[in-house]
Amino acid sequence: MCTVCGCSSGPKIDGQTHAHSHAHTHEHSHGDLTHAHPHAHNHSHDHDHTHGDHDHAHSHGSDHDHDHHHYGQGAAGVSVPGLSQARLIQIETDILSKNNAYAASNRRVLAALDAFAVNLVSSPGSGKTTLLCRTIEALGDQPLAVIEGDQQTSNDADRIRATGARAVQVNTGKGCHLDGHMVGHAMDDLRLAPQSLLFIENVGNLVCPAAFDLGEDAKVAILSVTEGEDKPLKYPDMFTAAKLAILNKIDLAPHCDADLDAYEANLKRINPNITVLRVSARTGEGMGAWLDWLRAGLASKARP
Amino acid sequence: MHEMSLAEGIRQIIDTQAAAHGFARVTTLRLEIGRFAGVEKPALEFALDVVLRGSSAEGAGVEMIDLPGRALCYDCGEVVEIADRLDPCPLCGSGKIMPQGGDEMRIKDMEVI
Ligand SMILES: Nc1nc2c(ncn2[C@@H]2O[C@H](COP(=O)(O)OP(=O)(O)OP(=O)(O)O)[C@@H](O)[C@H]2O)c(=O)[nH]1
Ligand SMILES: [Mg+2]
Ligand SMILES: [Zn+2]
Repeated sequence: MCTVCGCSSGPKIDGQTHAHSHAHTHEHSHGDLTHAHPHAHNHSHDHDHTHGDHDHAHSHGSDHDHDHHHYGQGAAGVSVPGLSQARLIQIETDILSKNNAYAASNRRVLAALDAFAVNLVSSPGSGKTTLLCRTIEALGDQPLAVIEGDQQTSNDADRIRATGARAVQVNTGKGCHLDGHMVGHAMDDLRLAPQSLLFIENVGNLVCPAAFDLGEDAKVAILSVTEGEDKPLKYPDMFTAAKLAILNKIDLAPHCDADLDAYEANLKRINPNITVLRVSARTGEGMGAWLDWLRAGLASKARP
Repeated sequence: MHEMSLAEGIRQIIDTQAAAHGFARVTTLRLEIGRFAGVEKPALEFALDVVLRGSSAEGAGVEMIDLPGRALCYDCGEVVEIADRLDPCPLCGSGKIMPQGGDEMRIKDMEVI
């Protein structure tokens, strides 16, 4: 793994495995820490990027489409300088500080573009991609782009591209969530237009994505009416972190005795500030309120 | 679930500290984990055991310090301490409470030689 920007060995873009490796040195600083070190990692693309609190530029190898990223896992290198005496080192550092630095950098990029980003989180199959496809169609010529996170496959990015929208697929491999670094790279590739909407579809998982800030303006939790009214109580972290909850598949409510008021009451109990919208991505019911919420979010990012 | 990512984050911080402070070995690592951080401590311990292998903190003692969960009650307006995310307000019994802390995940300090 690249210990600087976290790139695992063998990232894949658009379904291709990077077949060669190279070594380089770069320097960066995170918070108050500055260090430089050489390392090797595998990839083949040309880009300059700035995110986290580091800058590095590299250009090498074959040129190709940046539409598919793969991450796995690897171990970082170690350096053990000379002996010293027993002592206590105060650290007081957030374990996710590195992720948070990437997220802050993404947030700066979005702010400079007056772009509004939402991080869509849910259990698998709640209807995130269906909702997105429908949303993109309804938004017409609004500039937008999509980052799709899944452990495997490019199915969801393919579905988004079928609508004509720009999408990057990020495969997290064993990873159960997107992180700020992956999203930073994906944003580099998307080259967002000013005043864009950026939709980030996280890995289907009601637990882990709650802890990883991506730099988004809002987390939007999607909960489908077939999942059970008690889900907000069972997975409170995600619904606490979300600004908006979309209660999706309301067309199915009569078929599965879903009590929409009970869903809403449980959401508000866990998070009294949450906004709840009832939607059917299938029939289009409730889509207007969701589009209005997005437009209001985008308007709130506009600078005078 | 994501305890492996947390363990990798901890290792990155330790590696950086090792380079900056020039110590050979971490003997004790102290973490502060909020009650609402969603961290499963046995899973994190296991992940650290794997991830810290080959690092300056391999075999280090790991102490996890619980930080209390605090929440704002929307009915009585007080900030209260609760043990469980779903507990009602201990002052007024209301269930409408919003966490105000307790999601911390920090390396507090480490003993090194
Ligand atoms: N009846 C009904 N079905 C829906 C609705 N929205 C999505 N679905 C169906 O739910 C299934 C899952 O939808 P997806 O959009 O793939 O869900 P997802 O959340 O993107 O799934 P993952 O990315 O795999 O986590 C599909 O069969 C959709 O057709 C809805 O509003 N009503
Ligand atoms: Mg999907
Ligand atoms: Zn109260």
